[in-house]
Amino acid sequence: MGRQMCELCKDRRAALIRPRNRQQLCQQCFFVAFENEIHKTIVDNRLFKPGERVAIAASGGKDSTVLAHVLTELNRRHNYGLDLFLLSIDEGITGYRDDSLETVKRNEIQYGIPLEVLSYKALYGWSMDEIVREIGRKNNCTFCGVFRRQALDRGAAKVKADKMATGHNADDIAETVLLNIIRGDIARLSRCTAIITGEEGALPRCKPFNLGNLDCLFTYAYYKKLDYFSTECTYSPNAYRGYAREFIKDLESIRPRAILDIIKSGESFRFALTTKMPEQGTCEKCGYISSQKWCKACVLLDGLNRGLPRLGIGRTRGKSSSATGIQTDNSCSDKQTSIRNDKRILKPSLDF
Amino acid sequence: MQLTLEFGGGLELLFGSKKKHQVDVSPSNGHIELTVEALLVWIRDNLLKERPEMFMKDKSVRPGVLVLINDSDWELCGRLEGVLEDKDTVTFISTLHGG
Repeated sequence: MGRQMCELCKDRRAALIRPRNRQQLCQQCFFVAFENEIHKTIVDNRLFKPGERVAIAASGGKDSTVLAHVLTELNRRHNYGLDLFLLSIDEGITGYRDDSLETVKRNEIQYGIPLEVLSYKALYGWSMDEIVREIGRKNNCTFCGVFRRQALDRGAAKVKADKMATGHNADDIAETVLLNIIRGDIARLSRCTAIITGEEGALPRCKPFNLGNLDCLFTYAYYKKLDYFSTECTYSPNAYRGYAREFIKDLESIRPRAILDIIKSGESFRFALTTKMPEQGTCEKCGYISSQKWCKACVLLDGLNRGLPRLGIGRTRGKSSSATGIQTDNSCSDKQTSIRNDKRILKPSLDF
Repeated sequence: MQLTLEFGGGLELLFGSKKKHQVDVSPSNGHIELTVEALLVWIRDNLLKERPEMFMKDKSVRPGVLVLINDSDWELCGRLEGVLEDKDTVTFISTLHGG
């Protein structure tokens, strides 16, 4: 098969076409182009400061493995002066997390940065396997997702991180935009496209791959022969997000720009001045950031411990009839809503 | 012709959890050449163990599955119309599993 030469070096045969600009590149020039784009994202958005201790949220999957590889490489090449380490959460899912943790342990050696592992069992008293035995397989991903978000923050605080970097890519963010629209979650919709979140809190998070196309990450990991783990979570076939992922991949196959355009739409939303936004406070139980009296993890945990595991996953109906008719509160059951203080206030000047 | 087929990113689960397959595929009746399109049909009918909808959609791979021929993006080789040669390696990687 006669093939084009690389458009940059004009020396080697092209190995791929970059989705964003249809540029035909060889492997070597693709590596350089990809790494330079991430470097540019980091510099342009001032994601890090010299001397910062940065936790790389590491699942053992492809995104976080590429992130660990690229960040250690760029840190060395451009003298970021960052103190990097891997942070992993052990959800306690037999046959999935125990295997992927082995991958992370190999990454620790391959990249020469330390690894910290925290388990759900230690943090919450419940492993995911135990939770699934209680709740079944319908809403288990809700528990896992809520617990993981806190677990990373708690873990990072425990090992005194200044910041956390996650491997979220453009596909992930586009999915999240759609899911937040589907859930009517205005507060999350307004912040899910931000490259840095939680700057006002103790632990800011950043997404250096925010514009990185998923296919590029896969191709990079494949060509670099990175050691990553790719078995689907044993519990995830029922996950809601899977539908969104398939949907955006279908859209992308017809129109490659669709994913970046969904993100652009997410960024461009402006909410009516009358839209009620939840006020950011802290959980009365654990002190974690929460717009409610109790954070979602504490509500879920309370249900589990009282033998009422479905307590935190119901949907609020007919409450908070805001002017837009969009519900901003879907995180609590009716029961929970009725006992908490309504802290939401009108913020007429909010414009995201 | 002899081909090496590789499945990754979770796709190997549809092929008995085996990532690398050495296969012997001939062009179907009346054809001189073996196209990628014909290879997909052959894989579906001869190699795939379960859930064909996870691998194919209509005549092509399911969106979200990357295809490389000898480590090159299949877009550079004519996608479905690309013609395979003896000793080629075709790699399929699913991007639909979590990261």
